[in-house]
Amino acid sequence: MAMERWRKAHLDTDDAQPFALVNEGPHGVILGAVNDAARDGGAKPSQRLTDARAICPSLAIDFGDQAGDARQLTRLARWAQRWSPWSAVDGVDGLLLDTTGSDHCFGGEAAMLEDMRTSFGALGFTARIAAAPTIGAAWALAHYGKGNLASTEPSTLKRILAQLPIESLRIDDKAALLLRRLGLKTIGSLADIPTTALARRFRKHGNQLANPLQRLQQALGNTPEVVEPLAPKTIYRATQRVVEPVQYVAIVEPILADLASRLCSDLESAQRGLRRVRFEAFRVDGHIAQLQVETAAPVRAPDHIVRLFTEKLERLDAGFGFDTFALTALWHEAMDAHQKGLEEDEVEGITLPHLLDRLRARLGHGSIALPTPYASHIPERSLVRSSGQDGIPSLSCAPSPTQAATTQERPIRLFDYPEPVTVIYATPDGPPRRFRWRRRLHDVAKAQGPERIAPEWWREKSTVRLRDYYKVEDQAGRRFWMYRNGVIDDGRGAPPDWFMHGLFA
Amino acid sequence: MVETLCRFRAASLPTLPRSLNAFKPAAPTLQELFAAPGDAAVSGWALAQIKPQGDGPLYWVQEARTLRDMGRVFAHGLPPVLRRPILHVVTRNAKDALWAMEEGLKCSSLSGVIGELHGDPQALDFTATRRLAVAAERYGVPAFLVRTNGQADLSGARRRWRVESRPSLPHLYDPKAPGPSVWSLDLFRARDMQPGQWDAAYDRAAHHLNLVPANGDGAVAQSTSRYG
Repeated sequence: MAMERWRKAHLDTDDAQPFALVNEGPHGVILGAVNDAARDGGAKPSQRLTDARAICPSLAIDFGDQAGDARQLTRLARWAQRWSPWSAVDGVDGLLLDTTGSDHCFGGEAAMLEDMRTSFGALGFTARIAAAPTIGAAWALAHYGKGNLASTEPSTLKRILAQLPIESLRIDDKAALLLRRLGLKTIGSLADIPTTALARRFRKHGNQLANPLQRLQQALGNTPEVVEPLAPKTIYRATQRVVEPVQYVAIVEPILADLASRLCSDLESAQRGLRRVRFEAFRVDGHIAQLQVETAAPVRAPDHIVRLFTEKLERLDAGFGFDTFALTALWHEAMDAHQKGLEEDEVEGITLPHLLDRLRARLGHGSIALPTPYASHIPERSLVRSSGQDGIPSLSCAPSPTQAATTQERPIRLFDYPEPVTVIYATPDGPPRRFRWRRRLHDVAKAQGPERIAPEWWREKSTVRLRDYYKVEDQAGRRFWMYRNGVIDDGRGAPPDWFMHGLFA
Repeated sequence: MVETLCRFRAASLPTLPRSLNAFKPAAPTLQELFAAPGDAAVSGWALAQIKPQGDGPLYWVQEARTLRDMGRVFAHGLPPVLRRPILHVVTRNAKDALWAMEEGLKCSSLSGVIGELHGDPQALDFTATRRLAVAAERYGVPAFLVRTNGQADLSGARRRWRVESRPSLPHLYDPKAPGPSVWSLDLFRARDMQPGQWDAAYDRAAHHLNLVPANGDGAVAQSTSRYG
């Protein structure tokens, strides 16, 4: 599917040329989908690119779009609900449909499969389609059966499956390799031997889902397995038609109240709360007037929603009149039924996790940080950014032991990038006496230091210089934390520079 | 902090409030602090007003431009009694920063909300500050709106300060080294107390403030100060 999708986007490609879509794997670039020429040349999916290049030197590549393929597959799964409502995505390139009871709508199973094949062909996809009484058998026939169309009856199931290779049992490579080493190359040979001996061997097999015995029982229908269908995406929406077009905005408000109460009762049964709502008023001349409001917390109170909209209702231009209204929940969040306290609502506001959720939702993950102490003396490394993704525990972390051990006072502000300082006059190997920072001259009144922080030699290059930190106070009383990068004659380049790294309160 | 403002000498400070209770906000509220870029006294003054009890995280919102002005808040530099996690948020513009502050104020488990804005953004008007003030009072979270390079326009903040650094007190052991920080606190507008100007020295270890004479000479300050 990935290859056909790519071909659609790149129409002028030469199919005779070996070509593969590649992906970043954990150990280098691996092949995703390959075209026929490449397959003839010896390239296989999930092969390393270097290996494939060695076998087939003329192989051309492009980077695949795995996320896009997955989205496309999900769309196809929804589209495939035309044959049966129970459709699901299977792996990276398969669809699974439970067509029990729906084949007669298409004139029998064979006709339905043919219809599927032509429909997928019309979309530009080559599909291998199989129908079988069990999911396992259908999967095996679709992947390893002969021809593009296959179907089997319960009576012939065992006989047909017996001829298929062992990999068709939906097991992982490790299990398949082990079974092949044991001489079990087809499903038939596996089914023939007593299970107790094999069960012991696969007792500790890592992935229980890929246990061959379990898979065999599923394929033969002895163990039940069901299709887990795509969850239908519920859209919460309330609509209202009116007999006479509404030309006066004042009349819209009661309609809105009615829509809001209907929408809220829908949401209440689903235990959801509104965060963003859109109100649409359809005009008779085809124009749609839209209003949108957002709430800071999930809301399910109709009057609150109406109040949010009433300020904006005047902006609607009724023209020849509205004849249909709709209220849609664009963004809704889980909201449990709320029990009020016996006396009053004593705890107001939100909890810390809720705060984090909202910040992430609006500002994105990158802008929220929970600085966590880290064992390093280099100031900028002594805190690491924790996004708090794993939950709140990182929030309640105690000050680190290194923190307690530092007797030196640290500044309250630290610059992300130390700013260069022009030192006009400094005591040799000592603090500056007069310096220029941000185009302003500072005369040093008091200074404390140096506090020498050496580079981390086990991590950094040998040319990194040590830093001598000074706490410096100027005539006006501002307190700075500045450092001299290196010492004279340390054999690491030019005379040392000065940098401003932080500010004391 | 404010309840420990007991070491000032009333005679030298004409604008001093009559009782200490007048200095202490009755309930957590919004205060606006003005500062010049590159002067961290304002962070110190905001932190000095946060109660050391409890261990709720500090919530620090910075508009991206203040990162350049003032740097990022550095958790290791917190006063020892205020060592607690910091939830640090950087927003692209002032509107988001104000929104983030207001969301944070709704969370009563935070020990304080500090928001930093650069200049006079359009989003920061009377309504915005008033919303923050109301939220701070309603949920009982102290809020500090720090403005660098800002004009003191109309604002709903209950107390408005100008904060600057002053030469520090002498160091206990090293006469050449900076000692406890001194800040000039200029309360130019307040809802619940009389405006005035004070110079205060902050004792990090004890998390408390000593008033020092605003224009007293060093010798006098030294002789009566516990750091002398």
